Amino acid sequence: MLYISHYIQIQKGKVYKDGALYFEDSNSEFKTFAKNLYQSLEVQYPKFYKMDNLCKLAFLASEIILADNTTLDVALIFSNKEGSFDTDIQHQQHIQHPDEFYPSPAIFVYTLPNICLGEISIRHNFQSESAFLIAEHYQTEYIRPYTDFLIRSGKAQKALCGWLKMIHGNYEANLYLVESAGGLVHNKNNIENIINNNLNI
Amino acid sequence: MTTLKEQLKQQIIEALNLEDIHIEDIQDEDPLFGEGLGLDSIDALELIVLLDKQYGIKLTDPVKGKQIFSSINSLADFVAQNRCK
Amino acid sequence: MKPVFLQESHIISPIGIGTEENFLSVHQGISGIQPKTIHPVLGTTYIAQIEDSSLQDIFSSLALQEQSSRIEKMAIATLDPIVKNKKPIANSLLILSTTKANVQELSYNPQHGNNIPELAARLAKHFGFLNPPIVLSNACVSGVMALSLAKRYLQMGLCEEAYVLAFDEISVFIQSGFHAFQALSPEPCKPYDKDRKGLNLGEAAVACRVSLEKHPDSLRIAGDANINDANHISGPSRTGEGLYLSITKALQEASLQPKDIEYIVAHGTATLYNDEMEATAFHRCGLSPIPVASYKANYGHTLGASGLLETVLMATCLRKGYLLPTKNFKDLGTSKAIHVLNDGLQKDISIALKTASGFAGTNTALILVKE
Repeated sequence: MLYISHYIQIQKGKVYKDGALYFEDSNSEFKTFAKNLYQSLEVQYPKFYKMDNLCKLAFLASEIILADNTTLDVALIFSNKEGSFDTDIQHQQHIQHPDEFYPSPAIFVYTLPNICLGEISIRHNFQSESAFLIAEHYQTEYIRPYTDFLIRSGKAQKALCGWLKMIHGNYEANLYLVESAGGLVHNKNNIENIINNNLNI
Repeated sequence: MTTLKEQLKQQIIEALNLEDIHIEDIQDEDPLFGEGLGLDSIDALELIVLLDKQYGIKLTDPVKGKQIFSSINSLADFVAQNRCK
Repeated sequence: MKPVFLQESHIISPIGIGTEENFLSVHQGISGIQPKTIHPVLGTTYIAQIEDSSLQDIFSSLALQEQSSRIEKMAIATLDPIVKNKKPIANSLLILSTTKANVQELSYNPQHGNNIPELAARLAKHFGFLNPPIVLSNACVSGVMALSLAKRYLQMGLCEEAYVLAFDEISVFIQSGFHAFQALSPEPCKPYDKDRKGLNLGEAAVACRVSLEKHPDSLRIAGDANINDANHISGPSRTGEGLYLSITKALQEASLQPKDIEYIVAHGTATLYNDEMEATAFHRCGLSPIPVASYKANYGHTLGASGLLETVLMATCLRKGYLLPTKNFKDLGTSKAIHVLNDGLQKDISIALKTASGFAGTNTALILVKE
């Protein structure tokens, strides 16, 4: 049996860790919210400011949920509906007009949703399995057994999974950490409660 | 030339998302890569786009690029001599 | 763990329709890479693009909806023969691999263009899949990692068979990005060569079926791993860490030694850094003497399709006892010596390794065994 040891839910300026309010900044749009949250964490990671919005969201959520983690073999399984759309449209703007055609490498590199897996791997030194899935809704029916399989077969010791929405200024991060011990059983109900922003789990 | 250096510093700060860095923090002779600002390979490519967009200079030789980008001084010299905008 | 097998496949590419025709094209040294201008500012670049007239013929014969996007029609047309040969059953799984899908739609529909889940749902519905599809978007390893996922889902017992469909097309969106990275070669690419100057972009759609049945042509997916470098989001690890670990884990799972590998089909994009990293990783794994090939000079880099395209061709090499070579390779240009195959080789082999690497530090290694 596997367990969820920690979970995090971020949306509309509020951060809940394991069901308790961790940080609040409800008056800001994402960029300011993210900067304020980053500064509240008191980490020194200037690369944060180069990240696109999706990666900043993933970085912040991971930083908080992995605070006690010392394991390096942590698989990453993230998913969303829009992929890297939020950055895709920025890159598109840079190439839309032949007279103003200046594609930016710093923007283009983020036009792949799995870059957020790379950013977290680099930050935490996770040389591990990782996958980014795109779907209308979080595919618990596929991700739960896959997580179990990765850990039971020895392909990972833990797994950080979840949903990362970032589109048109609307953001949500719902991540959970799966391992051999924890407060919640790693099952469909608990996963769906976390993903659906249910705080009373 | 002083104005160009300041302009370049401001453009670099914006283009490379160097939050919490101000014009006064960048010394003219300090290395931009490695130590100093600690810029990386994507930043180098971004500077090439900046040269094109702001100054009409097209740079395709990465070896030459390394030398041009070694400091604000070398960058400003290069821009002053080659700018088309 | 249950053995899982790679079965039949289909390819639509600039140098052939069908796996057989593609194999013959590569065998004959044919390349789809041509100088073309797709945007006035990008100018003439070397790309491998499928002729629209060939695609139109296929689309008409399948009576595909005119209003569907080109990439969606390519995807349907590629999976079609696989499904016609064997229809999905109740719990059959559809796994899609793409990096940018229909991204060119953003140029005229920036608000809602390129809705990938809707595209995936239409594909699943078209072919009668009852379960929602899985869409993997893991940069350029996606095509072969999708096979890794398929194998794992079968081993989990979630299904008895999976259909894997990988596709990506040429677009100004992607071309302009690689241009900004100065990663494009001004000539046809030369994988592993000392004169290599970067990659060419390409496009393809590839489909295959994976199941538990063993037929004479079935190839067992003996081991697989997908390990991140944890080094840099666009540059590969200088020590080839993630690729080295992926290969090592895949070998361990397959209970094989490096010397058991008889052929490697690598990523070989012909950029300075990728090819150097691969040579380093292969050397660290003890694979230096093993014949290695890249098909990027025949197809260009087909992104989300590349991993599956190249694995399917490697599978054909196993079945036919013929190792396809690396077109445009002459003199080795990596600091660690590897044995790049520059001529085709008639050789009966049983064990081959496919590797891929991509942005975000992704790497995949997958071993096929002919039993």
